[in-house]
Amino acid sequence: MTVAGLDIGSRTIGLVVVNDGEIVFREVVDTTFDPLEQCRRLLAQRDFDVLVATGYGRHLAQANFADQVITEIKAFALGCSHVFPQCRTILDIGGQDTKAISLGEGGKVADFQMNDRCAAGTGKFLEVMAAAMGLLPEEMGRLALQAEGEVKISSMCTVFAESEVTGLIARGTPRPLIARGLHEAICDRASALLRRVGVRREVVFAGGVAHNPCMRVLLEERLGLQLLVPENPQLVGALGAALSVLSRDDVRA
Amino acid sequence: MSDYHAMWEKLGLDLAAHDGLLEVLPPLYQDCILSQENRPEGMQYFDFVFSEVHGLRIKELVDHRASGGIVVGTFCTYVPEELILAVGGACVGLCAGAQVAEEAAEQYLPRNLCALIKSSLGFKLAKVCPYIESCDLLVGETTCDGKKKYYEILNQLQPVHTMELPQRKDEADRRLWREEVRRLVARLEEISGRKIDEAALRDAIRVINEKRKALLRLAGLRKCDPPVISGRDALLINQIAFYDDPVRLTEKVNALCDELEERRDGGISIGGAHRPRILLSGCPMAIPNWKVPTIIETSGALVAMDEMCTGIRYFRHLVEEGAGDLEGMLDAIADRYLKIDCAVFTPNRERLDHISELVRDYDIDAVIYYALQFCDPYTVEAFQVQQELEKERVPFLYLETDYSSEDMGQLTTRVQALIEMVETQKPSVF
Ligand code: SF4
Ligand code: SF4
Repeated sequence: MTVAGLDIGSRTIGLVVVNDGEIVFREVVDTTFDPLEQCRRLLAQRDFDVLVATGYGRHLAQANFADQVITEIKAFALGCSHVFPQCRTILDIGGQDTKAISLGEGGKVADFQMNDRCAAGTGKFLEVMAAAMGLLPEEMGRLALQAEGEVKISSMCTVFAESEVTGLIARGTPRPLIARGLHEAICDRASALLRRVGVRREVVFAGGVAHNPCMRVLLEERLGLQLLVPENPQLVGALGAALSVLSRDDVRA
Repeated sequence: MSDYHAMWEKLGLDLAAHDGLLEVLPPLYQDCILSQENRPEGMQYFDFVFSEVHGLRIKELVDHRASGGIVVGTFCTYVPEELILAVGGACVGLCAGAQVAEEAAEQYLPRNLCALIKSSLGFKLAKVCPYIESCDLLVGETTCDGKKKYYEILNQLQPVHTMELPQRKDEADRRLWREEVRRLVARLEEISGRKIDEAALRDAIRVINEKRKALLRLAGLRKCDPPVISGRDALLINQIAFYDDPVRLTEKVNALCDELEERRDGGISIGGAHRPRILLSGCPMAIPNWKVPTIIETSGALVAMDEMCTGIRYFRHLVEEGAGDLEGMLDAIADRYLKIDCAVFTPNRERLDHISELVRDYDIDAVIYYALQFCDPYTVEAFQVQQELEKERVPFLYLETDYSSEDMGQLTTRVQALIEMVETQKPSVF
């Protein structure tokens, strides 16, 4: 059986097609203002028997073309434990959400935490701050990594932090220090969220922000352990969505 | 529906703003309540009462005042309804469950205050609540700091009698509270021009106890699995119980319960597959706040019980009947209200025990904690509730929200992830 998993996030849409347990296709596109059209384009000329959607746009997909939906929490749990069977804890920092998930036996979700409604501590926060400094998010990550020292960013609210950053720039604070401070702030948030579900090895770091080398280094220092990062951290949700059907079949057999 | 505009105008409502409010209610009611399948027939009464929430019931209150009665508005389950009834008054709950005139309210109140208080003032300032405009007296209480200070401001707009509620349950607290109950009696007697006598009070105790017994009977029927009534319908009934005529409400709830018993015995349920049973716990949900229960129930779970003031906390305890003379009855009333386990009390062991008891009695699969943003008592007490449930290994989901709808997506994801979690943990059941 061929299964397609579609993860419709606030920034990107990922598609993974799995056939007999093998990934036969994967792609990530931007969500844009017309996610439905983006999905259609992504799905055109793809062959599959079942389509499972996840992510914040899953209900939109269900109303239009998806056969089943699961939450991104379950999708990440399935995807991460497929890529790393030793995985017990997941940190997913995406465009608009940050999630910490703890897995029980058989990779089942045992507990989870999500950030509150605001963008504090998410990829969106980094994006807004990068823009405030006139940088691309990747550039900001690189700068932060080079910094020797940091300035403390005291506000986690995106709006307040933005004016804090503007103030720091006006005072002539070197950008690398600010960038580092911003990454530290997210790191604080993420590790607090992780501690609430319990940090047990192995810890997988997924979601778009896992591409950011500085975040990874800082988190590893903070948690005192090595993080496992999937090759395609943005596609773990889509993979999990596809696998959800297969694992159900396995149970039935 | 009749045209009530003349009546509303007389009450001093802002007709244009009020029409605007009435326009948003029917579609919301349709989405949250009427769209449910296999509802019991007995819900028709409550649908009707709701459709006339600003109409017929207000007319009854206007008529009641015209014939010499008083109307008293309350904001909290600690205010003894019996006393209001005993001076021939009608009691209406004024808790507000929708965002109204937020900016206007924020001219008086800080932004970081719970939605309940802010919208309560919003309704008053925007002149869109015919209930508060019908009141001869408002009765507040020193529960949380936000409400306590808010009543001082509200008092500038309309008379408020504030009861001092102790925050512990020792003997000294009991004495204070019994005194406060008598102070309310004096104020009610003054406003109504009627003395509370033994017969009237005995009768009032009986009437309100009967209402509680009917609501308890309904609560008991929510133990049925498969369910015979949804959590949303049960919530609606509890919400209506705060402002409807108590005798009529009791009759209608009992009639509904008769039907639900038939449903149970005949194997008729609200349909669908077996679903995870959720206990909702936390802050009150005033009309028309159905946001979280709707998310839960449209995601495939059932709200099997609510541990909140718009749930079992409102009617769990009865006033002891046969407590002798007037003084004895007043003490019995005071004692009953002091049993309520609101998070403003310290310590509040009763609430934790009650939650565990409900989890067992209602065969609960997970607890969803509903906290209004900026509500200190409930957001802080959530920690102990979670600790307690961890001991019993019951999944716990903490939701902090307000009256806006912009966090619907996030809340839905969390609730659905919880449901998935419960279902995968117990695959044999679901
Ligand atoms: S939650 Fe507490 S303060 Fe609020 S209505 Fe209930 S008893 Fe009163
Ligand atoms: S919800 Fe909390 S903060 Fe708001 S009035 Fe009730 S106790 Fe006070």
